[in-house]
Amino acid sequence: MNDLMTFVLSPAFANAIIRMSTPLIFVSMAAVLGAKANILCIAYEGMMLFAALGGVIGSALSQNLLVGMLCGVLAGSLIAGLFAYFVLVLKTKDMLVGLALNTLGSGGTIFALYVMSGQKASSISLNSLQFPVIHIPFIEDIPVLGGIISGHNLLTYLAYLSVILVYLLLYKTPLGLRIRSVGESPDAAESVGTNVVKTRVIALMIGGVLASFGGMFMSMGYTPYFTRDMMNGRGYNAIAAQNLGAGHPILTLLCSILFGAADAFGIALQTSRLPPQLASMVPYITTLVGLIIIGQARRKQEKKRALALGARELAAEQESASQGVKG
Amino acid sequence: MRTKTKNVEAIEKRFTVIRTLVGVGIALVIALALIAAVSDNPFEALMGFLTGPLTSINRLGNVVEKVIPLLFTGTAVCIVFACGQISLCIEGVFYITGIACAAVATQSGIAAGLHPLLCILAAGVLGALICAIPALMYIRFDTMTVVSSLMINFICLYIGKYLMHYVMRDPAAGFDASAKYEKSARLFKLFSKTNIHFGLVIAAVVVVVGFYALYRSPWGYGVRMTGLGASFARFQGIGVAGMILTASMAGGFLAGMGGAVEQLGMYKRFSYDGLSGHGWDGIMIAVIAQNNPKFVPLAALFVAYISTGADVVNRTCDVPIEIINIVQAVIIMFVAAERFLAGWKQRKIVQASQQAQMEKLAGEQKEGAEKA
Repeated sequence: MNDLMTFVLSPAFANAIIRMSTPLIFVSMAAVLGAKANILCIAYEGMMLFAALGGVIGSALSQNLLVGMLCGVLAGSLIAGLFAYFVLVLKTKDMLVGLALNTLGSGGTIFALYVMSGQKASSISLNSLQFPVIHIPFIEDIPVLGGIISGHNLLTYLAYLSVILVYLLLYKTPLGLRIRSVGESPDAAESVGTNVVKTRVIALMIGGVLASFGGMFMSMGYTPYFTRDMMNGRGYNAIAAQNLGAGHPILTLLCSILFGAADAFGIALQTSRLPPQLASMVPYITTLVGLIIIGQARRKQEKKRALALGARELAAEQESASQGVKG
Repeated sequence: MRTKTKNVEAIEKRFTVIRTLVGVGIALVIALALIAAVSDNPFEALMGFLTGPLTSINRLGNVVEKVIPLLFTGTAVCIVFACGQISLCIEGVFYITGIACAAVATQSGIAAGLHPLLCILAAGVLGALICAIPALMYIRFDTMTVVSSLMINFICLYIGKYLMHYVMRDPAAGFDASAKYEKSARLFKLFSKTNIHFGLVIAAVVVVVGFYALYRSPWGYGVRMTGLGASFARFQGIGVAGMILTASMAGGFLAGMGGAVEQLGMYKRFSYDGLSGHGWDGIMIAVIAQNNPKFVPLAALFVAYISTGADVVNRTCDVPIEIINIVQAVIIMFVAAERFLAGWKQRKIVQASQQAQMEKLAGEQKEGAEKA
């Protein structure tokens, strides 16, 4: 247990948190875009899996990282596009399409992997590429901080950058305004000439690209190969993070980091004497507890607001009553 | 006027059936295309997939054996989905209730008639309790059921793995498996030569009871109204929270029963090394059956048939069994797609109403002529 404590307090653990939160940040930013456009998409698990395998196969065949990345993004966007088409055009229930696409992601990747490599468990036999690790000059020489901030995968830095980009997109660009207006009041947006379906498709497709990077981080960064169902529910955890962050990019980032920390803690626990099966539960329990806490907080807030509203109404009533007496 | 609305209703009903069939058809075509594309011996693989399950009594038995647990999970998901709760818990419940069943089934000294009953009851109660968690979270904290229930699936999985490795492991087995079930707990076989067991009878009862509960009882009416819209149901005086909780628990109970029946009928000891997929199959069945337990047997038979077909090609040819997930995804998406084939439906309805209008006009003219 002591070892665990020293590890948790060490810079290596902070480093692990930043690493483990990478896929969650990407996907939760995708979820933020979806939530702002008021689409309930749960297909991120499928997008991540497709992108993870697409990137691996693309880079293995071409031996070119850029081509691999493109393949991954295309594969992930394919799922996002299917989601958009079925939900927005064919009016299918969003939850069911999401579930179906996640099933497709799970089975489809194994099917493709088997066809490509003759194996079902992992893509070790494919000679795929990885995104490079970045050592930031000067910063990496800073004692403790350098070990935490420097030496991450390129995609980790991109993940944090994506938070800023999503924030700017949503709050500083015309497209962001359209996305938010479509989400808050589609009828009003329609009446001023915004194409609701088109705007939602755009929001979903940008989300698809972000989720693809989250998936590729898992198979071309965190581990150097693809393994069966390797997302382990991270697509859902990210939705929970977005939920906890109330859809705001910065708050969502903090929640993703929290879940990333739970992930890192679970992995750290596995090396301790605790049974690994129990350690594996940490991220999921954290998510459940997080959902409960935020639900409780929101409830209290609503109650307070209702009370305040009630008090104001009461005051207004009394005032009018007293005026009536005067009159 | 009445005939007109009746016509439209009939068209909509027929349309739902046709859309389901077309969806299933598209999925099969995609499956066949994939098989033909990846197999070195496409014709043999195709035949194996389509007719493989019919080629021997053994395989035919496999289909029916697979139907049994799916009847439970399919009905369970119907009830939960009908209430508007997209809960994925059934998957985790089916796994962990199997372990609960194993814990009871390995106890000796319980009378033969009573033993399976106790196993199934224990599993059912555990299932109901687990499925109550996301429902309560939704009612109390307004959390997304999809997310919370998926988290619970993972927690079920890891608790199950922990129990199998540290608590229930039979050292004699050589891997993470429970001790052998007592003979008194196991369900007897219905037919020799196959593994079809008494669970089929229990499953049939469950489907019938599920149908009557959901479509012929006040409770079922409340559940379905809640699923159609919570505020609408509330205005009708339905206790929405109670409906969500009871429907979720009923679904969990049935799934738990299924988990236990599957163990007692098909296995000598608990040896799953992960989630079994029965819950996901249940979701597909509920979608095909439009949340109506009446259609669950047919949907379950279809799912069991294609999964046996996939088993056959997986074993005899070079087609991976994961093709079944692809088929599942395609079916769910097309069957649930409201606007898919909607243009066709629209034309039919317009045609029917035009015809009704013409008939009415003709009738009026006739009447007018007679009067004159």
